[in-house]
Amino acid sequence: MTVHRNIMRRADEAVERARASGVLDRRAFMRLSTLGIGATILSACNSAGPKSAQSLLNFATRQNEKFERWLLGENTPAHIGSVTPAGARFPTYWISDTVPMWDDAVRGAWALEVSGAVKSPRTFRYDELTAMKMETQRVPHYCVEGWTAVADFTGIPMRSLLAVVQPNADAKFVDFMSFDDGYHESWDIESALHPQTMVVLAKDGHRLSPGYGAPARVHGPIKLGYKNTKYLTKIVVMPGANGGYWSDRGYEWYGGT
Amino acid sequence: MHKKRVTRHHPIVRITHWVSAVALLVMAASGLRIFNASPAFAPKGSTFRWWPWEGTPVPDNLTFGGWLGGARHWHFAMMWLLVANGLLYLGYLWFKGEWRELAPRRGSVHDAIAMARFYLGLTKRHPLQGKHNALQKYAYSTMIVLGLVSVITGIAIWKPVSLGWLTAAMGGYHLARWWHFTSMLGLGVLVVVHVVMVFAVDPYALRAMTTGGYDEDRYSPEARNARPFVNLAPAKVEEGE
Repeated sequence: MTVHRNIMRRADEAVERARASGVLDRRAFMRLSTLGIGATILSACNSAGPKSAQSLLNFATRQNEKFERWLLGENTPAHIGSVTPAGARFPTYWISDTVPMWDDAVRGAWALEVSGAVKSPRTFRYDELTAMKMETQRVPHYCVEGWTAVADFTGIPMRSLLAVVQPNADAKFVDFMSFDDGYHESWDIESALHPQTMVVLAKDGHRLSPGYGAPARVHGPIKLGYKNTKYLTKIVVMPGANGGYWSDRGYEWYGGT
Repeated sequence: MHKKRVTRHHPIVRITHWVSAVALLVMAASGLRIFNASPAFAPKGSTFRWWPWEGTPVPDNLTFGGWLGGARHWHFAMMWLLVANGLLYLGYLWFKGEWRELAPRRGSVHDAIAMARFYLGLTKRHPLQGKHNALQKYAYSTMIVLGLVSVITGIAIWKPVSLGWLTAAMGGYHLARWWHFTSMLGLGVLVVVHVVMVFAVDPYALRAMTTGGYDEDRYSPEARNARPFVNLAPAKVEEGE
């Protein structure tokens, strides 16, 4: 009881003193700043944070990108551990209203154009791609949302496709374009040349179905899911980066794993 | 002799304490926003039995960043401040030898039981202690360990391919993610207990952790014989020599 009365008396005195002097004493200041911090935390709930922090966040993103590029070794293979393939539980995804399907009758035979800052641009027919040396790899797909799904992807290593067209010396980026309502994502050429980056034609031993990006998609475990363009039509080698569908909507452009 | 107004915490300790308070809050809340984008740990096509709330998101009001991309930008920026600040603090503890005030030692279990008995009202006198009591030693050293675990598991899920050996050492991406989440929860529980105990047992620690000032003879829980919500007023000290 005496304790309680003591504290109340002290509080009264502090208020009285503050009123008399017109200045906040240290205790009152502490109390008010505690309230202030509490209010700040409450108002931060579910918010995007102060606008003024944006340039600092952008700076951090740029520094992170440098660090990530440095971390990406020449031949770092993706580990999958003991995870079993997702099979039909592998999520499907596209941005069009309905699943994009290439209709030969409307658009002519599908072909993959590889062009831009290269010495010999080329367009590959589907059967020309299947005739190339293919590889199969069991790798995880890392979604930006946090889930992963493992699949056996079969395709042509991107480095062998790019070797055919011979990128120029100033080629630093590669844009992967699709027929899915303009979806595209550009990559740094080092990631595109990573041995596990492929133009994928089959998943789990079957030709890609429309839900999984038929007839061809980009896949590599070293980039987050949204960087791996599906419904691929064009690979454009460039001296500068060209953003991307999700990169232009606020996700990191680099999107490395 | 009555010691007056000693500096209880070195400025490095005080600064890193409040920086980690802010950084941890932002990391936890932005991390929960990232978690909400896919609030489950199982790889697709598998089941995961280590988390009973698989698929359940946390309330939006506990999150920060506004949306997944925004939360990721905050998370991946603030992590550098958290790590730099943590290294500064740990470096200080190491080079000044102050880790000895925090690390439990032989006899700490016994001391912690004595402390718990006092808090529960089973004994009358506050056990003797150094800078921190045994319960605090366990709590603070566990917080440091959990902080290290969150950082290491965080790196493992940030770069599961570039640093695949680290992710593999944790049993894979999904387990690294679970450890990251769980160490955050553990740290969060200890932070809440810590804040409650500061107000309930030693509110003078607020000043000690801000301006550094502390008068052990009047304010220390030992001198006040303070248990939660009991004997909060300063101890009476005989003036004069």
